[in-house]
Amino acid sequence: MGNYAFYIPAAVAIAATFMVVTSRSAIHALLYLVVSLLAAAVVLLVFGAPFAAAMEVIIYAGAIMVLFVFVIMILGRGPHVRRPGPPPAAWIGPGILTAILAAELGWLEAGGGAVVGSAQVSPAAVGASLMGPYLLGVELASVLLLAGLVGAFHLGYRLGAKGTPGATDKAQKDGGGP
Amino acid sequence: MTGGGLLHVPFEHAMMFAGVLLLLGLAGVIARRDAIFILLSLEVMLNAAGLAFVLAAARFAAPDGQVMFLFVLAVAAAEVSIGLALVLWLYHYKRTIDIDKARDMRG
Amino acid sequence: MADLLWLIPALPLAGFLALLLFGRRLAGRVPALVGCLSVGLSMAASFAAAAAFLGVAPPGRAVRKTICLWFEAGGLAPSFGFYLDGISILMVVVITVVAFLIHVYSADFMAADSSLPLTGDGEGYSRFFAYMNLFVGSMLVLVLADNLLLLYLGWEGVGLCSYLLIGFWYKDPANGRAAVKAFVVTRVGDASLAVGLFIIAWGLGTFDIQEAAARAARLWPEGSAIAIAAAALLLGGAVGKSAQLPLQTWLPDAMAGPTPVSALIHAATMVTAGVYLVGRTHALFALAPPVLTVVAAVGAATFLIAGASALVQRDIKRILAYSTMSQVGYMFCALGVGAWSAAFFHFMTHAFFKALLFMSAGVVIKALDNEHDIFKMGGLRTRLPSAYRGFLVGAASLAALPYLTAGFYSKEMILDALLTSPAGSPWLWAAGLLGAFLTALYAFRAVFVVFFGEGRGGALRQPSPLMGAPLFILSIFAIATGWLLPNGLAGPFLAGLFGALPAGAQGAGTTGPLAALAPPVVAIAGVVLAGLFYLALPRTRRALTGSAAGAAVHRFLFTGWGFDGLYASLFVTPFVRLAKVNRSDIIDAPYRAIGLIAEFSSRGLSLTQSGKVRWYAAAVAIGGAVFLGLAVLL
Repeated sequence: MGNYAFYIPAAVAIAATFMVVTSRSAIHALLYLVVSLLAAAVVLLVFGAPFAAAMEVIIYAGAIMVLFVFVIMILGRGPHVRRPGPPPAAWIGPGILTAILAAELGWLEAGGGAVVGSAQVSPAAVGASLMGPYLLGVELASVLLLAGLVGAFHLGYRLGAKGTPGATDKAQKDGGGP
Repeated sequence: MTGGGLLHVPFEHAMMFAGVLLLLGLAGVIARRDAIFILLSLEVMLNAAGLAFVLAAARFAAPDGQVMFLFVLAVAAAEVSIGLALVLWLYHYKRTIDIDKARDMRG
Repeated sequence: MADLLWLIPALPLAGFLALLLFGRRLAGRVPALVGCLSVGLSMAASFAAAAAFLGVAPPGRAVRKTICLWFEAGGLAPSFGFYLDGISILMVVVITVVAFLIHVYSADFMAADSSLPLTGDGEGYSRFFAYMNLFVGSMLVLVLADNLLLLYLGWEGVGLCSYLLIGFWYKDPANGRAAVKAFVVTRVGDASLAVGLFIIAWGLGTFDIQEAAARAARLWPEGSAIAIAAAALLLGGAVGKSAQLPLQTWLPDAMAGPTPVSALIHAATMVTAGVYLVGRTHALFALAPPVLTVVAAVGAATFLIAGASALVQRDIKRILAYSTMSQVGYMFCALGVGAWSAAFFHFMTHAFFKALLFMSAGVVIKALDNEHDIFKMGGLRTRLPSAYRGFLVGAASLAALPYLTAGFYSKEMILDALLTSPAGSPWLWAAGLLGAFLTALYAFRAVFVVFFGEGRGGALRQPSPLMGAPLFILSIFAIATGWLLPNGLAGPFLAGLFGALPAGAQGAGTTGPLAALAPPVVAIAGVVLAGLFYLALPRTRRALTGSAAGAAVHRFLFTGWGFDGLYASLFVTPFVRLAKVNRSDIIDAPYRAIGLIAEFSSRGLSLTQSGKVRWYAAAVAIGGAVFLGLAVLL
């Protein structure tokens, strides 16, 4: 079993992400992204980070993607949203760039005999760390979320007041977060 | 999931995994024209970055990586909410979400 | 006494400040009162200092007083300090006395109700006295300074005041041009002086004059290149300020300023600053005998050239200007042969009689409604008697009429030295005699043309007592101070005054009867010839100057031997042409290029701001690739 527990979910995640980037429909891309996130959560679990995996599923796949769904729904009407994706030629530039970067990353990563095991890091340990050395970060993150809340509210309020097509609900902030 | 000494993945492979995800997201940001797709690709990149944190910390079995992952998540959440609101505004102003049409700040 | 030395230059400077700040608000003659008072008090202070100095001979025959340290850098520490010895006492007394008398004279001369053009509503009155006070203060600083840097400060100060006062009537651009010419030409000398100062400071490590003299005697062998260089550069500065060859072209044009200015600055004091400089640093010049030879040569050439030029001038002030040039040439010549005392004695007598001459001429000019041409004057002997008397006494002293006038004694002292001094020569003496002859000739030419002959018009307004009294006082000085010679009435007095100077060739008069008789003969001959030409035989004179050769010589002498034209074609024209070529300022091109490059690259870089988000993202990714590439490669 051993290492396949990592390589299979990893392959799935990579394939799904590839589909995200190249798909033509927004909803399709979104669904592929959810798959990718779930695969990533499995990888996290395999490496002994259950708390992170849970967070990934709950917050990322659960709230943020839902937010995307709502917005796509709002913008869904009209032919200008459903358009064919970029022509294959558009992928040349990004493709070369990505290849170069991948090669560099590979070069930099090569060597060293470090090994990652599956030692568990329990949520309790994470919690203790959060409430200890990273307390300030927690507070800052909450301030950041507050900023996001206020910003989104402000932007959405004006949008709703102007009566844009489909903007019947204010854009909602996700409910996750610590 | 049972832990233990069954898993010995070379560290480079873990990092490359996160790196590939990041680069795919980067390609998406550069190549796609719709604002929604760009935001999706950005999410991919953020996710990859967070993964890199956790995997690196897992090498030492430290909780710090997961803590960082949490912060990255918070950032992604805030960014996405504002970003999507802005996409709606873009649509409101330009009747399109083609990002190439939004170049009033040129020159 | 030493503690009060600072008052001597400080009082006129305080007067300057007061007039600068409050002059406009003072009504009527009050600015003149302030000006005269400050200089008068300074004069009193200098008398007190002289009395104290001569009463009790201080050790080393000199008094020093340091006020405070100026600055300290690189081993040099000049201070604001004063040094009083025989030379400086003499100069201070003469300067303050002459300045005071001229200030009193100017109180009426420059008054707003005069016929002379003031600047508009008489506002120039306080400005005039402010500048004059500043000048006196600077000159006193120059003379009392104990170090070369402070001396240079005074030097520049008098140069500034000269510019300001020549161009006093600034509304006429010609005056401004004359002022600029004076400033620029003396600037050349000032630059030379500055470089000389640098050499002294660098070579000897000090600005202090006495200290530098001592060190130079130790460190610089006689005739060494560095001593010659330093002395020559100092001479360059002296030549500029004293209007000697080759920097003499500014003095005739400087007569554009008001007559009191010409009297004070360009006759009695500023032009003698060069003489003072050479005398003060004589120890340095003693180490450079070739330079001393040049000093004598420059002096001799100048007194001959200027004397000849004065012979044909029409403007009464220009005659006096060339005369000043000539007499200062005598002083330089005396310095060049080592007759320090003679030079300074002549300075003293010259200050008195030249100021007297200028002030008398000023009375004439003012009475004749700003007329300067002597051939438009005539017969003023009866119409302006006080001016006649003053001018006559002054001219007599200038021409060195024998035994009666102070000028005779000082000039005789110089001529003796030219003959008997180890550095002198019979040729120099002969040249000196020729110069004396020319002097007498042009001096009495002026007297006869202006004051004799037929007069025109009726009675003229006589000068007021404020203008007449200084004339009278100076007339007395122009006669009486001759008897201050060592073997005259005031022997010990003079010995005390000049004890600071080296023995040199103090006129001991041990020459044959020819040498003793020659100066009086020459002077009288000049007077007689002037009388012949201008009074008795005018037709002979006109025949001489009317001939072709005569007219050519006349023109040549009139332009001061063509130096203006020479300098114009040597320096001015090429420079102007060069400036025209460089009209677009080639040197500025790199700086303009910087601006152009900045603009160009800005425009280029602004192309990258396409407004396309994806381009920006791609740019970030490319940047990341580049830096990672660097990390990989290095």
